[in-house]
Amino acid sequence: MSKYPLSDISRRQALKKLAVGAGAIASSGTLPGLIGHSQAQSTQPIRIGFQVHRTGIGAAYGRWYDRTTTAAVKRINEQGGINGRMVEIVAEDDGTDPKRGAEVLEKFASKHQCDVSFGTLFSHVVMGSSPRAGELKMPYFVVSEGHHVASGQLNRYTLQPGITDVKSQVEAMGPYVAKNLGKKVTMIYPDFAFGHDHRDYFSTAFENQGGEILAKIAIPPTETSFTKYFAKIPRDTEVIYHVMVGPAVLTFVKEMGEFFGPSKPAIFGFIDSLEAVDIASPGLEFLEGTYFWEGNPRYAQADQSSHDKLYRAAVGVDNNGASVTDSKDVSTYAHMFGCWETLYIIKAGMESCDYKGPADRSKLIEAVEAMSDMPLSDEHPQGAKIFNGKTHQAFGHQYISKVNGGKLELVHTTSIEDTFYEDEVDYTKQSF
Amino acid sequence: MDFGPHLFLALLEGSITAAVLALTAVGLSLVFGIMRVVNVAHGEFFMLGAVFAWWITSMLGAHPVLGFVLALLFAPLLVGLIAATTDYLILRRINYNPERTIVATIGVLYIIQQLTLMTFGPEARPVTAPFNKRIALPWFENGADGFTLIWPWGLGTTTYKLAVIVAAVVILLMLWLVLTRTKWGLIMRATQLNSDMATAHGIPVDKVYAMVFGLGAALAALGAVLVVPIQQAHYLMGADPLLLSFIVVIIGGLGSLLGTVVAAVFIGLSDGIISVFFSPTLAKILATLLVAFVLIFKPNGLFGKSAE
Repeated sequence: MSKYPLSDISRRQALKKLAVGAGAIASSGTLPGLIGHSQAQSTQPIRIGFQVHRTGIGAAYGRWYDRTTTAAVKRINEQGGINGRMVEIVAEDDGTDPKRGAEVLEKFASKHQCDVSFGTLFSHVVMGSSPRAGELKMPYFVVSEGHHVASGQLNRYTLQPGITDVKSQVEAMGPYVAKNLGKKVTMIYPDFAFGHDHRDYFSTAFENQGGEILAKIAIPPTETSFTKYFAKIPRDTEVIYHVMVGPAVLTFVKEMGEFFGPSKPAIFGFIDSLEAVDIASPGLEFLEGTYFWEGNPRYAQADQSSHDKLYRAAVGVDNNGASVTDSKDVSTYAHMFGCWETLYIIKAGMESCDYKGPADRSKLIEAVEAMSDMPLSDEHPQGAKIFNGKTHQAFGHQYISKVNGGKLELVHTTSIEDTFYEDEVDYTKQSF
Repeated sequence: MDFGPHLFLALLEGSITAAVLALTAVGLSLVFGIMRVVNVAHGEFFMLGAVFAWWITSMLGAHPVLGFVLALLFAPLLVGLIAATTDYLILRRINYNPERTIVATIGVLYIIQQLTLMTFGPEARPVTAPFNKRIALPWFENGADGFTLIWPWGLGTTTYKLAVIVAAVVILLMLWLVLTRTKWGLIMRATQLNSDMATAHGIPVDKVYAMVFGLGAALAALGAVLVVPIQQAHYLMGADPLLLSFIVVIIGGLGSLLGTVVAAVFIGLSDGIISVFFSPTLAKILATLLVAFVLIFKPNGLFGKSAE
């Protein structure tokens, strides 16, 4: 895939200046009818509908998705926008609610005249909104991690090019856990689609490595007290595999520490259990020496790439993964890069198909489907990715970190190939 | 885990739920008993208590014990003042009309919740417990050589969790003393029995109402301050306590403090046990079913007096 060469940018900046000049002439009153019309078409902004979890259980994620999106759009506009047009984000709160999610998409299409929609995280909102996106024929770029895109449950208008899915993440973890932590695992996960993906794909991957799943403990996502569930952990457990979401994640991890006391097994968690939570919070000391999957290392690592540095600074995140203005405001660093990368993919797609307006939406989808290699760059600061146009899903490196001195230290990076699985769908065969 | 220790752990966890629930539900019951209004915003006052506790402890940056003690004093006070102001500004203007009060307090619920989201933010924020030491608990085993003490894996609690239970009992006892042994209690009971007659005897019923509404909210806030070092402050945390408080108050009998406490203990413990051995959803189903049966067969609740 071609990146954004300098000459390209300066050409666009020149165009932008021309357009501004044309606008000035138009507004000064000379030839209002003639220039005014043609100028309206070429400088009208590209409108991206941003379905954001401002309220509801996804609000902590939504806030950071919002900040990342704002930062990415600011940078894109500074680089000259898309095809010489500025990008405008139209954000609407979906309340982390599937029904409202679908309504928000309708608003994007009818009221705001958006070109595309983007940004959803929680999988049930994606599931609720995607059919509507298909009916509206509105490209819907999700940043959700759910396996629902690649599983073939959705439609040609729904794509997930900027973040990897749970199935590939989990399957890539199996070998590491079996080799380094232990063979007898108890899994603790939230009792809905996302947690069930973990349960199904990890247990298969782990058993293929000769491991054994002793118990599978499902916890309702609205639960606020957890000790009673920990009592179900079998005594001969060697490794705890945990993943939790929602506002009670800190309680979850804290009570896990209190439950085990000094005699804890090895612990491997998905960072979701601690997204937006400070690892230095009181009661989390027991996490020292435990392992986490991270979508993107929260703490700036010793060998931090220049791309991560640029991205981190643009979004306003410090080296510990917290906001630069408030060290207690911890980011959702393992997920939010997906917004940044997805916006750059929309840009690249629109540029390669010379996107003019809503009539070119299917051309845009075909352009994204044609993408494959996405090398590590300022546009892809989390790492290189390979996009599968048939399944509409990106594949990329996964990170395993160990808590060391109260910080997450990267100990293992999987290859992209570790995360591959067989295609389950070919969306390109569906008609528009 | 074996059945015995498992049950013991479930009971312990259930007791904490019960303790906090008792405080919250008693607040709701008090407001209903005296003012005859249903406060749908009760859960939000609970949430505000937790949020203020976070705010006080983190603003001060003092030693956790000092911060927590101050939160324990001032968070309920602040919440009580807000509730009393709500009473003065809204409930009094609609003459405590039951239907309008429900609608008005729904409005208050959303205002408080959204203001918290706008200022405090969507994250769950922790408050450090003043003390928190894990205690491993022993269990008895009837083995070959008679009864022996064993220390089952994971059977434990923390000093703070035990303290929450003790604190709730002490606060409830104090409340009972205030209501039955002091002049303030007498005034409140007089207002409850017959507000017109109380007015005729020179009791400023308006002020009593504002105070009771404040007190009810402060009790919820107190419960929240106690539980916030175990859970976290979060802007949506008021929903569960509200639902459970309603369940408890209906089962115990609206306006009956003793009934409320007994029902809170019952619901708290059964919730703990059923959700451990079966499923949390079943626990909620059974509790709601119980409410239905109580409403059918004993509409005034198990301890409620029949309506006047």
